Amino acid sequence: MGVGIKVEKLNAWFGKTQALYDITMEAPANHATAIIGPSGCGKSTFVRCLNRMHETVPDARATGRVRIGELDVYNGTAAVQIRRRIGMVFQKPNPFPTMSIYDNVAAGLKLNGFHDHARLDEIVERSLKLSALWDEVKDSLRKKSGASLSGGQQQRLCIARALAVQPQVLLMDEPCSALDPISTGKIEELIFQLKEKFTIVIVTHNMQQASRVAEFTGFFLLGKLIELDKTEKIFTTPSDKRTEDYITGRFG
Amino acid sequence: MPETVTATSDFAAAPISLWRRGMNFFATLAAAAAVVLVLLPLGAVFGYLVYKGIGSINWAFLTQTPKPVGEAGGGMANAIAGSAWILLIASSMGVPIGIGAGIYLAEYGRNQFGNVIRFTADVLNGVPSIVVGIVAYAIVVLSQGHFSALAGGVALAIMMIPTIARTTEEMLLLVPNTVREAAYGLGVSRWRTTLSITLRTATSGVITGVMLAFARVAGETAPLLFTAFGNQYWNWKINQPTAALSLQIFTYAISPFDEWHRQAWAGALILIVLIVFAVSAVRIVASRGMLKGTN
Amino acid sequence: MRTRFQQGLDDLRARLLRMGGLAEQAVDRACQAYIDRDLARCHMVLEGEFEINVAEREIDELAFDLLALQQPIAVDLRFILAVTKINSDLERVGDQAVNIAERAMDLVELPKADLPVDIPRMAAAVSAMVRRALESFIEGKAELAQAVLEMDNVVDRMKDEAFITLVKTMNERPEVTRQALDALLVARNLERVADHATNIAEDVIFWVRGADVRHNVAPESPLHQRSTDTH
Repeated sequence: MGVGIKVEKLNAWFGKTQALYDITMEAPANHATAIIGPSGCGKSTFVRCLNRMHETVPDARATGRVRIGELDVYNGTAAVQIRRRIGMVFQKPNPFPTMSIYDNVAAGLKLNGFHDHARLDEIVERSLKLSALWDEVKDSLRKKSGASLSGGQQQRLCIARALAVQPQVLLMDEPCSALDPISTGKIEELIFQLKEKFTIVIVTHNMQQASRVAEFTGFFLLGKLIELDKTEKIFTTPSDKRTEDYITGRFG
Repeated sequence: MPETVTATSDFAAAPISLWRRGMNFFATLAAAAAVVLVLLPLGAVFGYLVYKGIGSINWAFLTQTPKPVGEAGGGMANAIAGSAWILLIASSMGVPIGIGAGIYLAEYGRNQFGNVIRFTADVLNGVPSIVVGIVAYAIVVLSQGHFSALAGGVALAIMMIPTIARTTEEMLLLVPNTVREAAYGLGVSRWRTTLSITLRTATSGVITGVMLAFARVAGETAPLLFTAFGNQYWNWKINQPTAALSLQIFTYAISPFDEWHRQAWAGALILIVLIVFAVSAVRIVASRGMLKGTN
Repeated sequence: MRTRFQQGLDDLRARLLRMGGLAEQAVDRACQAYIDRDLARCHMVLEGEFEINVAEREIDELAFDLLALQQPIAVDLRFILAVTKINSDLERVGDQAVNIAERAMDLVELPKADLPVDIPRMAAAVSAMVRRALESFIEGKAELAQAVLEMDNVVDRMKDEAFITLVKTMNERPEVTRQALDALLVARNLERVADHATNIAEDVIFWVRGADVRHNVAPESPLHQRSTDTH
């Protein structure tokens, strides 16, 4: 079961430039929350602050409070530990090129010291089934490399890899922007099913995708969260004019 | 408002002028000629070596130690073995240090200190091999009191390190950041990511760098003059002077004896063949270990 | 931004206004024809119906294309949905104008009867409602639309009074039964036009405020969670 995400007064900087201003919001458990906004509005930065990936950029820092269920992301636990509890899928599919499909899925576990092979087989199969890739690759798990799959398959492989460590929250940064419509459709279906077990935050610049997939949508502009509400409210009668101007294509 | 764009149809439909086609042909010809010019000396050297040396290669040459001056026969077996031994010592020091330095420069050294190291490496690369030999002499031979394979290994290692470090750095930088991010996202620590993921992705490039460095030092003579010094007999001890193929060729080539000249040619041919063999072997073994779909 | 889409929306708006003009004119003409017993005007109304029907089809087609091709959301989506509904109401207004004209044509052949019912006053009120509803659409002002909703009660009362009076007249003066019946039907048609004007006003409020105020349910009621005053 997933857990909810609570963010309080999150601020983030790249060196001297501030990228996020006092973000306070909640993403409810077992639901998908979409983050939309024009380029450079801070939506990717925001999501990367949730699992402290933001810190991998030199000179970057963040203040504020992020709670994922019981876990306080910024106080007390090491970033590496945090990231083991949160799954992340990136914009461009990035399977490890030198590893087989099996090793890719198991990477999160193996690289963190888990070596029980019998259980690994089980976990790999389960993760690939969860990400709807099992049937397509079950005969060549150890023979084919992760990079030899098609774009859509690679992204599903990355999803399986993220799910294998059994996170409670899945962060997705524009997961379908490099994919064709059919692969996109498959992944959207997947997100719909994954909501039962996980809490999902998905950044997307495709508003139709946000409206198809997410129950809640947040609109970011210039580093601030302008509005966060149920998706049908945002897309039929948004409260803020800036939100309406953006979603109707008046700017951005 | 976006301006409307119209295509000028006459531009696209015009035939390619004669001058352009001529230039295209000429440029292709020039490129092909450049390739031939490069391969020609290589072929010539190899061909000439074969011509001069093949007659002297026989079983005796490959298995016997040199005979005293004046006597016919004998071989370079100990030199071949000695070269291998010295190169092994050199690699065991040069490769780890070089790769380690490369990893540091790529992953942690994107700063002023890293620039200093890079500059130092480039300078070291340009230091004449005889100077490296003298330095190794001063450090190892003088403190130990005798010539040794170790000293030879140290000299060659010093020459290997800059090449390996720089190519390793470049190969690691070629690994796209998305691969590292994937590992970070899984909660893998930075050092683990560097070793298990980044380095592994760059493996074939790093191996190329190592092979390049190896091939370069395999034939070096000057650094070994005051360090390994050479030996007429078999030696496997690390602390004793050791024969080396390049040294032996040098000694024989500048001698006044025809018999030795003959053997020098053979030695040179053997040296080139062994280097090619070693590099190919590593390539084949490395590619076997790779999976379908990776390069 | 989105020039083609904006042009489509402007086109839709212009067409709907033109159709509104046609419908308003049809009602005014039909009422005038009834009051003045003018056959020529009746024929004009009957001929004008064709143009109204064509306009209705064109507007629906344009709206459909915009929905399919431009993926409108929020205010743009509300606008297009409102336009399709107003379109339908205006076409019905045109139909009612034809009905009134037909009653007028029937009345012309009968002797003039002095009926104690003020059709002209009712016609003026209804005409004002239609005009104000269309104005609220042109201006995009929910307050004007709200005013139309209130006028509907007045017209309903007028119709009820007319019914009572005319039934009484038919009982007392059987020789003018047909004229009274015609008057009754015209009153009914006018009341229907007023209802359509009310629908148009409700659709304008939906477009402008995102609030569904149909069927007299107040915006604050739990049935409507969407109402917000945004503009």
